[in-house]
Amino acid sequence: MSYISYRQLIADGMWHNNVAFVQILGLCPLLAVSSTAINGLGLGIATTLVLIASNLTVSVIRNWVRPEIRIPVFVMIIASFVTAIELSMSAWFYDLYRVLGIFIPLIVTNCAILGRAEAFASRNDIPHSLVDGAAMGIGFTVPLVLLGAMREITGFGTLFAQADLMFGPSAHWLTLNLFDDYGGFLLSILPPGAFIGLGLLIALKNVIDHKRAENRR
Amino acid sequence: MIPHQPLSSPHQHGSAALDRVMIAVSIALIPAFITHFTLFGWGIITNLLITIPAALGSEALALWLRRRPILPTLADNSALVTALLLALILPPLSPWWLLVTGAVAAILFAKQIYGGLGYNPFNPAMVGFVVLLISFPIEMTSWQAPLVNSDHPLTIIAALNWVLFGELPPGILFDSMTMATPLDHLKTELSLHHTISEVRTDGTIFGVVAGASWEWINLAILAGGLWLLQQRVIRWHVPVALLGTLALISTLFYLINPEIYADPLFHLGGGGAVLGAFFIATDPVSGATSPKGRLIFGAGAGLLIYLIRVWGGFPDGVAFAVLLMNMAAPTIDHYTQPRVAGHQRGEMHR
Repeated sequence: MSYISYRQLIADGMWHNNVAFVQILGLCPLLAVSSTAINGLGLGIATTLVLIASNLTVSVIRNWVRPEIRIPVFVMIIASFVTAIELSMSAWFYDLYRVLGIFIPLIVTNCAILGRAEAFASRNDIPHSLVDGAAMGIGFTVPLVLLGAMREITGFGTLFAQADLMFGPSAHWLTLNLFDDYGGFLLSILPPGAFIGLGLLIALKNVIDHKRAENRR
Repeated sequence: MIPHQPLSSPHQHGSAALDRVMIAVSIALIPAFITHFTLFGWGIITNLLITIPAALGSEALALWLRRRPILPTLADNSALVTALLLALILPPLSPWWLLVTGAVAAILFAKQIYGGLGYNPFNPAMVGFVVLLISFPIEMTSWQAPLVNSDHPLTIIAALNWVLFGELPPGILFDSMTMATPLDHLKTELSLHHTISEVRTDGTIFGVVAGASWEWINLAILAGGLWLLQQRVIRWHVPVALLGTLALISTLFYLINPEIYADPLFHLGGGGAVLGAFFIATDPVSGATSPKGRLIFGAGAGLLIYLIRVWGGFPDGVAFAVLLMNMAAPTIDHYTQPRVAGHQRGEMHR
């Protein structure tokens, strides 16, 4: 049933059926790790890689897995990829790995990933599943980075702090200090700030959708 | 249009229009403001000068964004009451951005996002206060010392200059004008294993029953609250239950060990217990509504205030206690529905 165009898949993942804004899945990592933009980017990329790999594998084996045992099989596949990602991050991005901590292994519990395996990859061919995984993953990463940037700017007064954790020491220039002598708005770093920030972003998306619907009419 | 005429007999028309209730609450706060001004100087006035326009401004902005009529809603004075309460509970001489952040958080996030007055699950002033308390711990614990302990009281110009631009007259440091609040001081000293009788010999901080100067403000708030009761703007259940529970539990622990647990008068007369009991926990929107529910609501708030003050991380707990009870209010209301006339007790649920 591969009638869905790639264009449609990308539009769905990035906007119409966005993991964070529309499906509201994967809230635990989304809210816990988005205290800075770089943390959000790190977890977003790790999640995207797992999503692409698990969608690919699930799609490859979709005709050989009996439906009765599909969920445990999907979980095993996802867990293997998360373990692989975790080990590679501790090998190559050790500082970032330490900052993200428990949330790397917890990617396995991100319902967005199991959701895509169950709802899409197990019913579609390999190329479509790959594109869907990438679109959904990027659609999860962008809100993570946006929310991280919002919370970092209001909370610490910086943007892309600790960029060197991800891109090496040469990336220090990326870090922006937006205000001199900024006291910091602690609330946006604390968990309530994540909920309020995500609420505002969802509201913004809904406003844009309303405006577009009005313009079309 | 349906006429506002009661359809069957046992209804009496209440005269308590919303704007009149809010005006009454504002009037009841006036003695507290006057006492505050006499004892602490211009700090309370600068607070008022900023919270009132900030609260009314954010209310107007939210109404404009929601395409609602602006002036009729502003005229119900509920935003004004929020601003007055905020000005009273925030440290006097707070910088302008602190006051504006508090007012915006109270009106936009605690009230208008939920749909405006009548729909807010939490007391707006308390949300504004708690947002500031957890975000700006330094500013929120810089309480001005009473005028009697201050060598250089600020003039109104100097006070405004400090609040708006952060500049003080030469030779004065802001730290030299501030002092720990009685509850804060007590908590710090107790953590250093000092006994209460040792701590309370400090006459600059402690007065007759509670904090020096602070106890007079609480007395003025009590007078305003009693006037509200007499005017039947608020009911007796919440204040009595809140202060009664607080008095009861503090007496109990005071009798167990008076050197670690402060006496009940200190708990009633210090901090924000009186203000909370008469002006904040009585909020008809975010509190419980049935008479029995109000008793439970008040008692729960009183208990939580004591728990937070004595074992919690903050010196005072009125704001957290009220917010936690706000969360419980729908459940309390559900289990304390009054019996409908003509029905047996419990018949409604079965």
